[in-house]
Amino acid sequence: MAVLGLYNYFVFAVLLMIGLYCLLARTNIIKSIIGLSMFQSAVFLLYISMDKVDGGTAPIIQEGVENQIFANPLPQVLILTAIVVGISTTALALAVAVRIREAYGTIEEDKIQEMDRKQ
Amino acid sequence: MMTIVFSLFLLTMLVIVAVAILRTENLFTAVMLSGIFSLIMAANFFVLDAADVALTEAVIGAGISTVLFLGALALTAEYDRSPPVGTWVPLLTSSALGGVIIFATFQAPRLGDPSAIVHQHVAPWYLEKTPELIDVPNVVTAVLASFRGYDTLGEVFVVFTACIGVMALLGRVRPRRDSIKEGEFKKATDNLRHHLIPRVVGKMLVPFIVLFGLYVQFHGDFGPGGGFQAGALVAAGVILYSLVEGGVRGRELVPEWFSSVLVALGAFTYTSVGVASMLMGGRFLDYSVLAHDPVHGQHLGILVIEAGVGMTVAGVMITIFHAFSRRGIR
Repeated sequence: MAVLGLYNYFVFAVLLMIGLYCLLARTNIIKSIIGLSMFQSAVFLLYISMDKVDGGTAPIIQEGVENQIFANPLPQVLILTAIVVGISTTALALAVAVRIREAYGTIEEDKIQEMDRKQ
Repeated sequence: MMTIVFSLFLLTMLVIVAVAILRTENLFTAVMLSGIFSLIMAANFFVLDAADVALTEAVIGAGISTVLFLGALALTAEYDRSPPVGTWVPLLTSSALGGVIIFATFQAPRLGDPSAIVHQHVAPWYLEKTPELIDVPNVVTAVLASFRGYDTLGEVFVVFTACIGVMALLGRVRPRRDSIKEGEFKKATDNLRHHLIPRVVGKMLVPFIVLFGLYVQFHGDFGPGGGFQAGALVAAGVILYSLVEGGVRGRELVPEWFSSVLVALGAFTYTSVGVASMLMGGRFLDYSVLAHDPVHGQHLGILVIEAGVGMTVAGVMITIFHAFSRRGIR
């Protein structure tokens, strides 16, 4: 049972590392951006896992119901805004990738470096 | 017990999908899988009692993000041609780091432990004081818009800045045609007008998506929702219309000047609420002074700044989408 209580954190670690591996091992820029956003999602999962309270519910206060246990609202607020910021920065990264494609004709990092060396 | 089994299933699915994303060489497949990844993640957030976050992740991660990635794919490449050599260093780095993190989690409080440190700090105060000071049922909205209004203002400006960045990169400058093969740009101008079923079903859905967005916007005090989710939902409606009818008609529905005005207007609205509360004798973003009764002032302030957030988020998403789809036509 103790291991089950930590399963969320294990999945967080595994997703984080898959994201990092994707970012490091792939030379394709779009693939790297996908890896980066997976890395980001793993962090979201860590924060949201922390907000859970046993027997709790979403932090919305209902009238006439006493002694409710609520999940922690603070990680939810942080991650709610982080998701929107995340998509905006991902869009910025994609825009850079599009410009790189237009300038070099490829989005493979090794080929781009080769072209830079030739110049 | 049922929830635990379901949660284990969802988490395992997440890992499987992540590995599939890593392994595929077709970028289209990778993008579609990352949409599925986000949807499973949203279900996971819901199981973990984070309804607001689940709604946001479903709209943004599974909806808008997938469309933006596809837009970028149409302008770049379809296949990942990374060489298979030289993967040992990344593999070692990430497994070592992952091992350290997993080792560290054995010290972490187990899932749902009420005595965990996170639940002892400010969170009980927020939950206790929200009915008295803010009097809105959704504590997440109260914390987001009022207790931590500074944070949210900052986030709005980050989104605003990212939008300016995308406009600067893909805006009015003509791409250099010589580096792009002829005919490649035609793909992006295609729309679904000649496909009957997506067109009919898609167009029928658009008004309901926008209506739901407005509901989420104005019902955010009482249930899951608020400006971030609503803005993304309205933008998703507009993006769906543009996908079905083509970018040109999409830009007729929401002209580019209008979406960029929305971006600035939302951030301006948010800031001016802060300035107004200073002028009325309070501190920056202290809504209590906005009306005779402090609680009414809080309600008014939250309503206006959520509207500002909604405008900026919707404007940014539509502007970014237009920037990518226009790039294909020229």
